[in-house]
Amino acid sequence: MNTQDKVIGREKLIAEKAPKKSLFAFSRKQLGIPYGVFLALFVILPLFLILYYAFTSKTGSFTFANFIDFFSNPTSVSNLFLSLLIAFVTTALCLLIAYPVAYILSKMKAKRGTVLLLLFIMPMWINFVLRALAMKEVMTLMGIFAKDDFFNFFNTIVGMVYDFLPFMIMPLYTTLIKTDKSLLEASYDLGATKAQTFRKITLPLSVPGIISGAMMVFLPSMSAYVISDTFGNGKITIIGKLIEEQFGTGANWNAGSAIAIVMLIVMFVTMLLTGGFKNETNVRGTAL
Amino acid sequence: MKKFLSLFYIFLVLAFIYVPILVLIVYSFTGSVIIGNWTGFSFELYAKLFTEERIRNMIISTVLLAVGAGILSTILGTMGAIGIYYSKGKFGKIIKGSSSISVINAEIVTGISLALVFSLITFGKTYFSLIIGHMVLCTPFVVLSVTPKLKQMDSSLYEAALDLGASPTKALFKVVIPEILPGIFSGFMLAITLSLDDYIITVFTKPETFDTISTYVYNAVKNQAKSELPALRALSAVIFLIMVIVVVIMNIRANKKVAKEAR
Amino acid sequence: MENENKKIIELIDLTRIFEDGLIAVDNVNLYVRKGEFVTFLGPSGCGKSTTLRMIAGFDKPTKGKILLNGEDISDLPPNLRPINTVFQRYALFPHLNVYDNIAFGLKLQKQKVTYEKADGTTFTKTEKLSKREISEKVAKVLKMVDLEGFEKRSVSTLSGGQQQRVAIARAIVNEPQILLLDEPLGALDLKMRKDMQLELKEMHKKLGITFIYVTHDQEEALTMSDTIVVMQDGVIQQVGTPTDIYNEPKNSFVANFIGESNIFSGTSLGDKKVKFIGKEFDCLDDFPKNENVDVVVRPEDVIFTDIGKGKVEGKIISSIFKGVHYEMVMKVGKTEVIIQNTEERKVGETVCIDIKPDGIHLMHKEFSSNKYDGYITKKNTVCFGDGEFECDVTKLYPNSTLDEEGYLITDNGEKIDLTDVDVNVEVGLKDIEISDDENAGGAVGNIISIIYKGDHYQLIVRTDENEEYFVVDTEDTWNENDRVSVIIKPEKIKLTLKTENHR
Repeated sequence: MNTQDKVIGREKLIAEKAPKKSLFAFSRKQLGIPYGVFLALFVILPLFLILYYAFTSKTGSFTFANFIDFFSNPTSVSNLFLSLLIAFVTTALCLLIAYPVAYILSKMKAKRGTVLLLLFIMPMWINFVLRALAMKEVMTLMGIFAKDDFFNFFNTIVGMVYDFLPFMIMPLYTTLIKTDKSLLEASYDLGATKAQTFRKITLPLSVPGIISGAMMVFLPSMSAYVISDTFGNGKITIIGKLIEEQFGTGANWNAGSAIAIVMLIVMFVTMLLTGGFKNETNVRGTAL
Repeated sequence: MKKFLSLFYIFLVLAFIYVPILVLIVYSFTGSVIIGNWTGFSFELYAKLFTEERIRNMIISTVLLAVGAGILSTILGTMGAIGIYYSKGKFGKIIKGSSSISVINAEIVTGISLALVFSLITFGKTYFSLIIGHMVLCTPFVVLSVTPKLKQMDSSLYEAALDLGASPTKALFKVVIPEILPGIFSGFMLAITLSLDDYIITVFTKPETFDTISTYVYNAVKNQAKSELPALRALSAVIFLIMVIVVVIMNIRANKKVAKEAR
Repeated sequence: MENENKKIIELIDLTRIFEDGLIAVDNVNLYVRKGEFVTFLGPSGCGKSTTLRMIAGFDKPTKGKILLNGEDISDLPPNLRPINTVFQRYALFPHLNVYDNIAFGLKLQKQKVTYEKADGTTFTKTEKLSKREISEKVAKVLKMVDLEGFEKRSVSTLSGGQQQRVAIARAIVNEPQILLLDEPLGALDLKMRKDMQLELKEMHKKLGITFIYVTHDQEEALTMSDTIVVMQDGVIQQVGTPTDIYNEPKNSFVANFIGESNIFSGTSLGDKKVKFIGKEFDCLDDFPKNENVDVVVRPEDVIFTDIGKGKVEGKIISSIFKGVHYEMVMKVGKTEVIIQNTEERKVGETVCIDIKPDGIHLMHKEFSSNKYDGYITKKNTVCFGDGEFECDVTKLYPNSTLDEEGYLITDNGEKIDLTDVDVNVEVGLKDIEISDDENAGGAVGNIISIIYKGDHYQLIVRTDENEEYFVVDTEDTWNENDRVSVIIKPEKIKLTLKTENHR
């Protein structure tokens, strides 16, 4: 700027008319479009492809054979039930172990509680395959690895619980910490004992957390074949493994897709039965 | 007594979680192939992390993949969360629904469905499919961690920015984004965590020659080729150390903040 | 002087209908003069905030125009309007400190700067404000709101009153032509609110900016404003100076909303005389003879006289000390009169009162009966006002009867099917009963307004579906928002045929 120029007037600039729409002007709503396209291409379309493959033969003609094959094969059906059993036992154990942890943490002073919670979550940052292997080595050292069929099952459960426990603790903790303290005081005030207050107030209020925790354990544990492979000594085959085999060594995508559909239906029914669809308390890692 | 019991219980569960990790760390200081067989103290495994090219490459590619997918997922997910939050109509509901489908969906199903899609698109399994796979895994979680921050935000802040002369774009970047930044950051951390830990989706979308730590370790175990595995114990120990440092720093900062507010 | 009278903003047929069909603002016409302090006053949901949001640009009018200095700005986005807002909950940016909050608008502002070159020629450039200009302006405005030295403070560490001041500073620093204030003092405690009221008034004088203020607090409106706009259900009820609105309310809603008042049913006797609570009073309003009127009397305008010297005698039934005065209720027959006086009369005491002509204000009675468009159903009931009611259809035709099949037989033997016949329905205010049993009556709705009329209450029940109104006179006590059903006895429903109605 020329320093000799003297300012002789200033005037605030006021727009009198609406400007022409710029090409780059966007509304906040439109920001969702890229994500919408992404989901359509890589979530919705792929699911339809699975549906298509599940109901066609290798030559591309419509058929129910993939499903009939699955359900007429006793091994695959027993594997389906085994996965459900493993998922159920894992979920129940996780809940049993995690609820007291979350409850105790939620009762602690806020800062201490969060630090301890971090201790439970931190291991997730170490690669889970490595952790699983280490757990297996510990079991081998203890002499409980690969002893017999029961231990194959038992060890798989231990591995699953080991891997999924943090996913149960977090939603439970987030719901329990949100419980309004005055509700508990009101309950004591009305004459309830501590145990009664827990049973009638705390527990019912934490149901959303229980449901979302159960979802976070039950559903993935059906497909966590890395764990069943590592801990099951090759004797435990879960449904996720069946799908993987069809897409890997078996090279039968149609059969694999059919199993995937069976699995999706099982998951859908589970969600429906537990009210998981309505549950707003989400989900994996919201406390992170 | 009750307090002692509670703490004892917490300690017990922590022990269950940490014993394998501690074993990993202890045996990172010996050259032995198998855990349980102590062959004398050495830093051999730590040296291997830097000298062995395969291991180095694997670590670098795992981290690059996680950071890349993390950044892309965070951008896409943040935009998505804002879009969903501000569109009250059907469009928002449909995106929200599809987003939660991919949260609930089993990883194996996501993995094979993506494999199917990329087999149809002729270029097959490439770095592109791998990144997309990890974005499918991570983005919904970014949305989940950003959305609550949007809900918490005073809705008149955006209007206040417009009122003071900011264009909608400026209001977004100067007010909305700074407000939801903690959510974006935790979404990013979550995305990285998920990507680092993923095995299944990686297997179904990665190019043949590419390996992350997960796929490498798992395949090595399957094929009984354990020669490079011990070095990863050293890696775990390093990660654990970093983790501890991060937690301690966070703790100190939290303490300072509390002290500052108390003043 | 001419400049002072200039209309700065004008609302023309302004209407806002929300997506769910709710009419928030209904055909509002209003102008505001430059430099005025205008207050939109009304209960929550009356449309005052929506009107403000349309002026600010956050809401688009469904119909109508907003003129700023004569130019239509309806399509101008909020960021381009020379109007700034002080928000209800301040809306300070939590991630910015006090300085950056206030400087937010300045940093975005552009100005036309005219330079003079050494050779005397001039040229004009569009520039942003320099850092120094910004900091000078911020310093000046901080001084104005008494927050010097607060620049670096985080807004979350400020008290409510301080946040309020920052919010005001952030708006006025941009030198807007109009400052909008959306219930800005609602979150403050009483003492602080009173102080801020005076300060705002002071600020308005000093700045000379037009203030448009929204509040539901009538006292606040009366203290601060040059002009008050009273709104209800999206409609302007009255526009006027505080004294006008207080002394000459246009209808019983305004009278009731602004300060306490007695509202009596009365009859005009012509020649500036009116009869209510059984006595004749002189007044200043000249109404036609024998017209039914509502009479408004402010409690402080009721004066005690010696027994026998006043107009009305009654018994005190309650007395409460209100700080400066006592508020007493006197019963005359079935009518209650609220009295405010510094002198206490004990409960049970018989007193005599009088009211001076300037304390009596007459209003045209709003409702004498409810009128609806309805139709007859197959079952010979009548549908109107979002409900279905039993009625006597034979009243439609003189001397008609009903046969077993439900057809109407007229006097001359004609057989008529009344199904779907359109009718006019009229129901008197006293002929409607309401019940809290939702199934008891023909229509269901919520009580949206209650006005005490001396010896009875006048309620308005609004139905959900088509927002039909039932105006009800009752002696029972109800609460606003009570959910009630409307009961009307068949003989109380007056039906007449619509003229063009023989299909």
